[in-house]
Amino acid sequence: MDLAYSDEQRMFADSANEVLTRRALKSDRQTLWSEMTELGWLALPIPEAYGGFGQGAADVGILTERFGRHLVVTQYVPALVLCGRLIASLATDAQKAALLPGLANGSLRLALAHAERGARHTLQHVTLSAVAEGTGWRLSGEKIAALGADEADRILVSARISGASRDARGIAVFVLEPGQTGLHLHRYATVDGASAAQLTLTDVHLPDSARLGAPGDEEGKAFAALEHAFDAAIAAWCAELLGLMEAATAATIDYTKVRVQFGKPLAANQVLRHRMADMSVHCEVARSMALRAALYVDHADLSQRARAVSGAWAKVIRAARSVTEEAIQMHGGMGVTDELNIGLFLKRVLALEAVVGGAEPHLRRHAAHSARSTATA
Amino acid sequence: MNLDFTPEEIAFQQEVRAFFAEKLTPDLRRANALTPSVFSDPDIFRRWQRILFERGWAASSWPVEFGGTGWSTAQQYIYEVENAIAGGPPLLPQGLRMVGPVIMKFGTQAQKDFYLPRILTGEDYWCQGYSEPGSGSDLASLKTRAVRDGDDYIINGSKIWTSHAQFANRMFALVRTAETPKKQDGISFILIDMDSPGISVRPILTIGGDHEVNQVFFDDVRVPIANLVGAEGQGWSYGKYLLEFERGGAMASGRLRSKLRKIEKLAATYRDGEQSLLDSPAISMRLSELEIDIDALEMSELRIMSSLQTGQNPGSVASSMAKLRNSELKQAVSRLAIDILGDDALIWEPRRPLYELDELSLLGEEALSVSAEYLNTRAYTIFGGTSEVQRDVIAKVVIGM
Repeated sequence: MDLAYSDEQRMFADSANEVLTRRALKSDRQTLWSEMTELGWLALPIPEAYGGFGQGAADVGILTERFGRHLVVTQYVPALVLCGRLIASLATDAQKAALLPGLANGSLRLALAHAERGARHTLQHVTLSAVAEGTGWRLSGEKIAALGADEADRILVSARISGASRDARGIAVFVLEPGQTGLHLHRYATVDGASAAQLTLTDVHLPDSARLGAPGDEEGKAFAALEHAFDAAIAAWCAELLGLMEAATAATIDYTKVRVQFGKPLAANQVLRHRMADMSVHCEVARSMALRAALYVDHADLSQRARAVSGAWAKVIRAARSVTEEAIQMHGGMGVTDELNIGLFLKRVLALEAVVGGAEPHLRRHAAHSARSTATA
Repeated sequence: MNLDFTPEEIAFQQEVRAFFAEKLTPDLRRANALTPSVFSDPDIFRRWQRILFERGWAASSWPVEFGGTGWSTAQQYIYEVENAIAGGPPLLPQGLRMVGPVIMKFGTQAQKDFYLPRILTGEDYWCQGYSEPGSGSDLASLKTRAVRDGDDYIINGSKIWTSHAQFANRMFALVRTAETPKKQDGISFILIDMDSPGISVRPILTIGGDHEVNQVFFDDVRVPIANLVGAEGQGWSYGKYLLEFERGGAMASGRLRSKLRKIEKLAATYRDGEQSLLDSPAISMRLSELEIDIDALEMSELRIMSSLQTGQNPGSVASSMAKLRNSELKQAVSRLAIDILGDDALIWEPRRPLYELDELSLLGEEALSVSAEYLNTRAYTIFGGTSEVQRDVIAKVVIGM
């Protein structure tokens, strides 16, 4: 048992903090991506064989926690964690060689289009169809909430090749180019100030080589890879929310200490002091759960992994909503203006909750993996 | 970073497990499962303490020089978790976890030599004299006075919420030895024999139907000055040191986990239509929520343990946060249990102890202690510093004013 950061991890955390503190003053997303490339952050989770550093979930969490703390909204997790993991576990060697080095060196931007209307965070819900046609495939259907798909060089799209709409088997993942005939990208601004896209595919023709993996792959493999990639993303976002909650709590404490009403600082009032104590407790719980999720992301047992990751998310997302709403309340009128960045904390929480789901679907997943049924009792 | 135990720790875990499997008898397990009060009954924990003492395990957190195990934090953690899973009755903390550490740190050699071995064997039975009728959360306002008279103090006043005062032969108490501008400065920490003339004990029944707490009266009670711990007027700081142990509880997730397993068994004995309550989506979600809360508490405990192992201080708010979360979780778990009872929550079983009932109750074995436990568990957010006091402590540190 060792839950302390190593010296290397501590140094990495410090330098990430330093860099992000400096650049928090700027707002240009394109230069951020190139800075992250230069710092080697993009290479961090990519396997060493493909130009990366092969670091695990705890190290990614160190970085995303600092994104949260400094309110740096990036498509790091969708690109590096979701797409990176998906390719690493599903693609053939040739496909990996074509995609991962570019992802690691910043020359290739990737995004994942998986969610669909009506899925409501049921991960295996895939209806966009891929029909075998000659030696290739014909794809039709719609995708929503594809983070960063508007600025990606390639888009990974999940599609159903067989089975019913919520079967875990019969799903495949294809690599699309944004200019592909039959693909319409509807770009939009997201609530947290970033951007995403909805995709409409109408008879998009793709060669079989555009499908991640080999023809002989087991039918449930793509879903297992998607589920694992999402678990890694959730762990990374738990850490981001932790950093964000701590920053929102610190800002609230600072503000209530200087804002004077009725002749004393707001922070002298017990009713507010107790609520700030609760915010701190939420942060402590989030720290434990973010770490727990990271330590279980690559656990061999699926049920243990699912319980740890979805359990962490259920706890952290509720805590994050509570802390960021409280931060606004305690900033009073200023909290609801765009003149302070307090509202941005809540907006980022909303964005992540929209993508990952609130506590409920994750409690359901936790319960489903708990095997408590009386059938065997 | 990893959550794995070392091979030595795994071997230790197996040793502990084997010992519990052999020595923790079914009647002790049952007595523990059917104890709705905060502390075990004397005949139960004493039997268990005797067994542990013979194995050298009575004081899991004490250093070897005082007869403890000298275990590492990891070993203590493993032991506590295995104890909880096995269903061993908790030993009374007043001696082992409260006054014991204070005597070790601040007591005289004579006090150490006399009291510590008797705590270890269970020969001495300690109660805690802190709260008074007029001094609850505002503990430092306490008025029980100790006035010097020759080699003695003469003590007058009253203590309240004194758990097991009806059984204890000793009390550690905070008493006022001086009127000082800052009220904390006039408080001393003293050890009192409960059979001293002038002490009387009035029972207080709790809403759960148990006689666990009391009011203790002192009417010109003579206590030798030699029973003072440390320096006169320094009692408040010793008391705070002790409270960190009381609040820390540090390793509570194992007991909570074991309660949750018990609730799953309870749910399996109830039906909603054709379906077992265990399969009901609503109950299933609540079980998951609690399981996750316990996971979170466990992870915090492991983080504290990990930082202690590397010689770091886990931070001064850690024990208040742990107390707050543990007490709230205890209540949440007992709330789910009584909700599962449904109509059966109407039934009240007044007899005690529950584990000695020889005729069948209307309630099944799993349900027997649920209502009383739910009611008694209300006290968790009140004793040892209310949740409001814990939030005050946390706020003072995080806000810094």
